[in-house]
Amino acid sequence: MTRNALVNLGSIIWLLLNTAEEMADNVRRGRLPFRASALFTQADRTAVGSVPLVLMVSFFLGLTMALLTGYQLLKFGVERLIPSLIAIAFTRELGPLITGIVLAARIGAAFTAELGTMQVAEEVEAIEAMGIGPLRFLVAPRLVAIVAAMPCLSVCSVIAALIGSCLISWVTLNIVPAFFFDAVLSSLLVNDIVIGFFKAAFFGLVIGLIACFKGLTVQGGAEGVGRATTGSVVIAITSVIGFDSVFNIIVTQYTK
Amino acid sequence: MTETPLVHLNQVSLAFAGKPVLNEIELKIFPQDRLVILGQSGGGKSTMLRLILGILKPTAGEIKYKHLRVSRLSRSKLNLLRSRIGMVYQYSALISSSNVRDNLALPVRELGRKSEGEIDTLVEEKLAMVGMSGTESKMPSELSGGMRKRVSLARALMLDPELVLFDEPSAGLDPVMSSVIDELIINLTKKTNTTSVIVTHEMDSAFRIATRMAMLYQGAIIQDATPEDFKSSDDPVVRQFVTGGVEGPMTEPLPDADNT
Repeated sequence: MTRNALVNLGSIIWLLLNTAEEMADNVRRGRLPFRASALFTQADRTAVGSVPLVLMVSFFLGLTMALLTGYQLLKFGVERLIPSLIAIAFTRELGPLITGIVLAARIGAAFTAELGTMQVAEEVEAIEAMGIGPLRFLVAPRLVAIVAAMPCLSVCSVIAALIGSCLISWVTLNIVPAFFFDAVLSSLLVNDIVIGFFKAAFFGLVIGLIACFKGLTVQGGAEGVGRATTGSVVIAITSVIGFDSVFNIIVTQYTK
Repeated sequence: MTETPLVHLNQVSLAFAGKPVLNEIELKIFPQDRLVILGQSGGGKSTMLRLILGILKPTAGEIKYKHLRVSRLSRSKLNLLRSRIGMVYQYSALISSSNVRDNLALPVRELGRKSEGEIDTLVEEKLAMVGMSGTESKMPSELSGGMRKRVSLARALMLDPELVLFDEPSAGLDPVMSSVIDELIINLTKKTNTTSVIVTHEMDSAFRIATRMAMLYQGAIIQDATPEDFKSSDDPVVRQFVTGGVEGPMTEPLPDADNT
């Protein structure tokens, strides 16, 4: 199992390097690495299409978190800490994490199923046989779209969570929105925003690579596509949470 | 024949996970040949096409395209070579999420430098060549098997290739459509002066199309001859394959490993 995991990790790194090489080949020939329209199509479905789900999940999560922690903090009379708690937690941690989980399930699954079906129907091979690099043509626009979408969606997630927590804090704990957002702005550091931004972009790369790799290595027809899609979502979510923990351990070691 | 071959499979061997598929294949494809490769299903015929395209690499021997050694080409040079070869897949392999027009335009958009207007004209011209005019906006799922094959052929011709490879062009088609596809292959290759390699196990199609035939059996080319010579071959394997006989060397059980 460890050997398989290492082989897969090696293959995913190979996929990233070869995609970059195919793009560089095209640039050397005086062409764009991929067609702009392909990137816009992927960006539309990845970013724009995911906005409602990310907003909804983050809104309710922010609301619940503020409600539950609010009642605990109320016992100690420090419920005014809720705005900073939510702001820091979502900017550094939960925003990228929730967005990563949503995109792994919504977009990672779609990438794997799409590429897997194309692989099974020999469409990927046909693209390769035409002399069009399939990694540049199929993988690159998807990767760039998800890497660019993740930080933007992560910002949406933080805003939605803050609105949700602000509303519930106002209704249940009597914290007025003006005080809430004042506290948010004074508690947030540029460092928190930068860390959240890079984490989100990195999670996007992880999800995109896993999804494309699983799609391009599908074997066994329709059942294989189903298996690969499930595998892609499970591995991507686990990897995002795993990388997040490793990232937190490293960052806390350096910033304590 | 003293002519320089377009493609030369020089003592090519290939094994998958240690299991030999092709064994020291020696085959030359000359310009304007219509070479039909015959053989049993799963015998390595389609694999030969993938070797020519450089999608698979031989475990021994080498494949030459004119003076180029296919398995030693860099990625960008291999892609350049592939753009000079057209491939028609057994199940057409059209991009299912794109319409006919975009399927045909794909290689030109990605590899050529033509404007959208020029691409439109080219798409119309190639569709007319295969008798599929007016289907530009149709999706592959709206086309019948024969129509998909014709669109796939039109796509293969988009970059005016020197060599067109056909993987089972008449598989899954009714006899009439099969003949239509065969005639299309003959006429187009004559008209465009292209060389073609056709992999099939359907004898009627093979004799209709071929100017040369090669028989692949147990990983080796056992006969490479004209269709006439093929019909009168003395080789028991070739005779059984041509006549479709139930009894013969092809249907005999393989000797037990311990007794060999």
